Amino acid sequence: MTGKRIRLVVDDEKCQGHNRCRLLAPDLIEIDDLGFAHAKGDGSVSPEQADKARLAVKNCPEFALRLVTDDR
Amino acid sequence: MTGRPPVADWATDFDHTDPRWTEDPYAIMAELRGRCPMARSERYGGLHAPMRYADVRAIAYDTDHFSSKRVVIRENPPNVPLPSPPITSDPPHHKPARMLLLPAFTPQRIDPLIPDARRICNELLDSLAGRSEVDAAIDYAQHIPVKVIAKMLGIPEAEGDRFREWIHVFIEDTIVDDGTSADRLVATAREMDAFFGHYAELRRKEPKDDLISFLLAAQHDGAPLTERHFYGALRLLLIAGIDTTWSAIGASLLHLATHPADRDRLVAEPELMPLAVEEFLRAYAPVTMARRVKEDTELAGCPMKAGEWIMLSFPAANRDPDVFPDADKVIIDREDNRHAAFGLGIHRCIGSNLARMEITVALEEWLKRFPKFTLQDDARIAWSKGPVRGPRTVPVRLG
Repeated sequence: MTGKRIRLVVDDEKCQGHNRCRLLAPDLIEIDDLGFAHAKGDGSVSPEQADKARLAVKNCPEFALRLVTDDR
Repeated sequence: MTGRPPVADWATDFDHTDPRWTEDPYAIMAELRGRCPMARSERYGGLHAPMRYADVRAIAYDTDHFSSKRVVIRENPPNVPLPSPPITSDPPHHKPARMLLLPAFTPQRIDPLIPDARRICNELLDSLAGRSEVDAAIDYAQHIPVKVIAKMLGIPEAEGDRFREWIHVFIEDTIVDDGTSADRLVATAREMDAFFGHYAELRRKEPKDDLISFLLAAQHDGAPLTERHFYGALRLLLIAGIDTTWSAIGASLLHLATHPADRDRLVAEPELMPLAVEEFLRAYAPVTMARRVKEDTELAGCPMKAGEWIMLSFPAANRDPDVFPDADKVIIDREDNRHAAFGLGIHRCIGSNLARMEITVALEEWLKRFPKFTLQDDARIAWSKGPVRGPRTVPVRLG
């Protein structure tokens, strides 16, 4: 079966540790010991998580988050 | 202050200490965005005040041209340097000074403080029992950050009046020169250092789980912090941790006291609180920082000379309708909200997780106790002036 896979990507160069994403999409984001955000696992976003992922993207003050779509 | 001339034209004679700005900056911001989005002034030795989000953002990111060495606009800054790393640090010194503080302010470290914050709020609310009218700023909001930061630093919360007085000297009372401002500022800094020195001595003998002990053990470039760095960082944590959060809690409560539909909705749908808190932070962002122009440059067609001040108004950025539709309207479930209340770029407020936690808990506990509170009919709101804006009085009726 073919389909699209959505991934949440955090740009390490842009993240300043506001941690807005972690509140809005706690299932998708982890925060390291300095407070910077990283996508959990490989960043895969399930269809049920897509709205939260989009919300996290739209609230990042540093524009550090984006959603990418992979073919599979 | 007496005899200070009122602003003649906001575009060319800007002054953030003018009572009209203190009272209602938002109308002035909107007017300026329409005709001169980079206001300027010959006051303070030359000052530029961007009103657009894009310009605030560009300056916050451009550490090559804009220095953070002085982050409070002062008419007569003292000759004695009062660095408070990392907020007053530029690259390359900024990063190591910030890195050493960052671990103390992650969500992993702040979340465990939530029960303490709830207890503090509930004790304050208990103390209001039996009263029908209280001041939400004086009787409630102002005490919460004092108690929380005192606990984190490891200093007695009973000294709250003294902390607020020091902060008042630092960020309100000495920004306009009366001939003694610089001396009073330095004297206050030294008084704070002596205060912290007492507790540093105690923690050296017997470390505790607090920020004073944390900073005593911290390493910077492989060595303990210098005294200047140590005391500067402590002054920063105390000053930045109190009036800011007090202002945000007070402004949010003032909003809810005057917007019963939003108040009722938050009571009925408490799950909206995270979005609502960010919207209050956007609309009522308390903090305006300063930068100094490092070398002659130009932004948005405006020439800027080395040494001039930049008033970096995150509140103005947050009200820019080019970025936030209906920017002057508070929409408690606003979903698209990249607000800049905690700054942008490398100087993002290090206490943002702490502040957000305190605001959230303060509003949740208040609304549980007083779901129908309103502003008193004859209420007169007093606003703080200077780099931290918030209501210092919010007289409410509880029933």
